[in-house]
Amino acid sequence: MMAALILVFSILVLLQFFVSYCRSLIVASSREPLSEEVQDVTGISRNPSADDFVRVVQLLRLCPERPEERGEIKAVGAYFRILGVLRSTVARLIPSVKSWADLERGQCTHFAAVVLGRRITFSRSLLAQQMDT
Amino acid sequence: MLGPFDYAVWFIGTLCEAAVVVCALRRKALRLYLFVNLYMAASVLLSLARFNVFESYGFSSPQYCYFYYYSDATLTILLYFALTSLFAKVFDEIGADHYVKYGAILLLLGTAIFSYGVVQQSSDKLLTKFVVEMSQNLYFVGMVLTYILWAAIMKLRETRTRLIQLVLALGIYFSLHAADYALRNLYPQMYSVYHVLTPLIGFFLPLAWAYAFWRLPEEARLATSRLAVIPR
Repeated sequence: MMAALILVFSILVLLQFFVSYCRSLIVASSREPLSEEVQDVTGISRNPSADDFVRVVQLLRLCPERPEERGEIKAVGAYFRILGVLRSTVARLIPSVKSWADLERGQCTHFAAVVLGRRITFSRSLLAQQMDT
Repeated sequence: MLGPFDYAVWFIGTLCEAAVVVCALRRKALRLYLFVNLYMAASVLLSLARFNVFESYGFSSPQYCYFYYYSDATLTILLYFALTSLFAKVFDEIGADHYVKYGAILLLLGTAIFSYGVVQQSSDKLLTKFVVEMSQNLYFVGMVLTYILWAAIMKLRETRTRLIQLVLALGIYFSLHAADYALRNLYPQMYSVYHVLTPLIGFFLPLAWAYAFWRLPEEARLATSRLAVIPR
């Protein structure tokens, strides 16, 4: 009984911390505008939508990975999936949750696009280094 | 016996812990977050010492068993002080950091007395049982304290991004550990799952802290209202 209580409590606390942690990652990138290059590659103009997330992540996988970004992409990817579950379950009962989840998922896409921009710049500098040597 | 997976986890885990101290050193944050880095440095040193004891006496030896549990208790106490130092940082601006320090010591003593009360009936290996009990209780106290700290951060509208991420990562780590502990008690037969899951939980904290030191400058700020699970 005690173990079950601890499990429920810890999962609730974990969800709260995880959501806030992912939002702290996303918020930092939300101020960064998307470069023209990223807009061209992804086809995203101003407000990224949740539908673009999978495509942007696929594009991310084509670029050389920066080790420090591996964890944050995985965390935001997990957050995106949790929001998807929330959208298809709770949001059917509470409509305001749907618009909130859509907004959050759009920000996840923006985050992924910002990381894509960083990776493109990183690839360019790698290529330039190789050309020099 | 340990397999290649266990060796890999041991090696990568130690590397991740060392990465935290290196990142903090490179970003000149070693003294700013002294106890956080002290905990990670001690984790690296004790991991190396554990490996030495393991090589000398073997995994099933009482020497390794004792060393493991006593070093684990030491690390838990250091992590508790790291959490206290984060508390002091948050409460520093309202001049309540001294109260936090005294309160933390009192709570540590209280946890020790409670743990002793739980194990005092044991006739043999009293000290070892006390150390294990205290370690488990401190983990749970740590999770509750991190939650209180998060509530204080939201209430006081703390804006330091690095500090916020260090606290959130600690909160995730403690709650993952508590969930792991509860699952082990509820479903002890799923040993093969915990064998993989528990070390993976251990990776999270050093990776998240290394990220916070490496990627976020001390001057970075964000509005805490944007982090609330229920939008304000």
